[in-house]
Amino acid sequence: MQTQKWTRRAFATLVALIAIASPIALQAANALDLNGAGATFPEPLYKKWFFEYNKKNPDVKINYQAIGSGGGINQITKKTVDFGASDAAMTDEELAKAPGKILMLPMTSGAVAVTYNVGGVPSGLKLDRETLAGIYRGRIVKWNDPKIAKTNPDVKLPNQSISVVRRADGSGTTFIFTNHLSAISPEWKRDVGSGKSVKWPVGLGAKGNDGVAAQVQQTPGSIGYIESAYASQNKLPVATLQNLEGKFVAPSIEGVSAALEGTKFPENLRVFVADPDGPKSYPIVGLTWLLVYDKMDDKAKADGLKKFLDWALTDGQKYAPALEYAPLPASLLKLVKQSVAQVQ
Amino acid sequence: MTQLTRKEEASAEIFTPQGTLPADPIFNNVVKVAGLAVIGVLIWITLVVAGDSLPAIRQFGFGFLTDSNWDPNSDQFGGLSFVFGTVATALIAMAFAIPIGLGIAIFLTEDFLPEAVLTPISFMVELLAAIPSVVYGLWGIFVMIPILRPLLQWLSGGSSSGYGLFTAGLLLSIMVLPTVASISREVLKSIPRSLRNASLALGATRWETIFRVMIPAGTSGIVGACVLGLGRALGETMAVTMVIGNAPEIPKSIFAPAYTIAAVLANEFGEASGELHLSSLFFAGFLLFVITLLVNILAEIFVRRVSLERQ
Repeated sequence: MQTQKWTRRAFATLVALIAIASPIALQAANALDLNGAGATFPEPLYKKWFFEYNKKNPDVKINYQAIGSGGGINQITKKTVDFGASDAAMTDEELAKAPGKILMLPMTSGAVAVTYNVGGVPSGLKLDRETLAGIYRGRIVKWNDPKIAKTNPDVKLPNQSISVVRRADGSGTTFIFTNHLSAISPEWKRDVGSGKSVKWPVGLGAKGNDGVAAQVQQTPGSIGYIESAYASQNKLPVATLQNLEGKFVAPSIEGVSAALEGTKFPENLRVFVADPDGPKSYPIVGLTWLLVYDKMDDKAKADGLKKFLDWALTDGQKYAPALEYAPLPASLLKLVKQSVAQVQ
Repeated sequence: MTQLTRKEEASAEIFTPQGTLPADPIFNNVVKVAGLAVIGVLIWITLVVAGDSLPAIRQFGFGFLTDSNWDPNSDQFGGLSFVFGTVATALIAMAFAIPIGLGIAIFLTEDFLPEAVLTPISFMVELLAAIPSVVYGLWGIFVMIPILRPLLQWLSGGSSSGYGLFTAGLLLSIMVLPTVASISREVLKSIPRSLRNASLALGATRWETIFRVMIPAGTSGIVGACVLGLGRALGETMAVTMVIGNAPEIPKSIFAPAYTIAAVLANEFGEASGELHLSSLFFAGFLLFVITLLVNILAEIFVRRVSLERQ
């Protein structure tokens, strides 16, 4: 008897709760849910955007799964998400597999920094183009190699083996880095090439930007490449690298903006700045793209996404520098907005 | 007599206000379904993994097992280095874990120390199993490697960075230690006291009793413990990924960076581009499946042979 009473009471409470909750549930159903998946590199900025946009537009909720650029391309091709994201855009082959026309929209840009852990050597070690490629090809194996000493006459370099650290997981960061190495070293282009994961001649693999950062911090004599945001967050020393014009430049938002300034963009907005010109350009920079169908199945979603993209390309850009991303140059923003206008 | 059977039948019925339910058939079927579901899931997983690895099997065949060239950029995939790394790290782990684990088990079952001291010790050994593997990995990077580095560099002639096959094996041995130790301890505990008393009565010393009576009597259970540990060592992903160095090549020395199947799956699955890359990863996963199966079959054969010999 006691139990029955209890059950009945619980049931009544449940019904009451559902009754109370139903207007909320209905409202939630009216709101717009947009789902996206893809690159991990821009995730902090995207999360910030979605949060800020949701504050202004409470009826639009955007979910983003940072599963990696490859995963983002797969999911947008299969239409399981409303938008994809990739640090390497999409290849013509991948675009051909999609059931419709996919627009590639650059959203933000960033630099890849080279960090190191060499006993007492502070930030700003100068690595010229030949040396950087030589280290990653396993041709320069000691820190006191004459090639490194030549550009750093004031630095006391130890007689220590170089431990090369690189990404073990496929990543857009690797794509940007290897793309640059291919541009500056014909040997690298011939033997290794560029891609999200490549056959590295030497080195230890670590997972994720944070994994590489930790491994470099923990391993004396190591060198690694990471998104510059991770380097500044962890206060890691970064190398100044030699750009196309021979100048040594440290990674910075200004360096990225300078690198993108002179770039010519094709109609599909897919451009990899492998080796930017200009004296102030930081040499290893990359864009990151959102991938959207020009004809979406759901009109409401298309409109919602368009409004968000317009916001992200105007007001949204101001959130980039605080998170170590470089806002896109005005000329490019104009092109991207024209592209966004095609979404239906 | 007939009355008794009826009573027994009646006991296997559930009384409800609506009438009686036949309890036995219901329970029987529930158990049957649960049992078959386990087998079903296993077969399903096997089929999916095998099916998805078909493109790679067609492309590379057995060459996948003899080639260690893993180059996603030119669509060349060979899995030898991963298979080698998986087996090598597991063997290094067992080389440390078996003697130490068995030692712990003997220590905890002999009356070297009072029970009040032994119980917390055995509890703490089992607690090792409760630590998440990513924590082991972090501990490996931030504590174990810095401590080991001078030794490894001395042993390898300066080339070691601390990350590699040996480090991964050593970390794994700590992770499988609780499995080996606690199961071996249960096995040794369950050996009838009369056996050890008889041995001691015949004039055998404590050590003769341990090595000639206790351990042989517990062989099948101890082998079982080792196989469970080996299973964990073969499949361990996170901690190994963090300390092995992730270099897809057959290491030139035991201190050089290497790679395991589980680690390459964890690292490359998310961003695998192209059908062949994904399929090759599935193929590697399928190989891990086969390796684990082989280990279990070999252990089963070994245990049977030992128990046959005893009879």
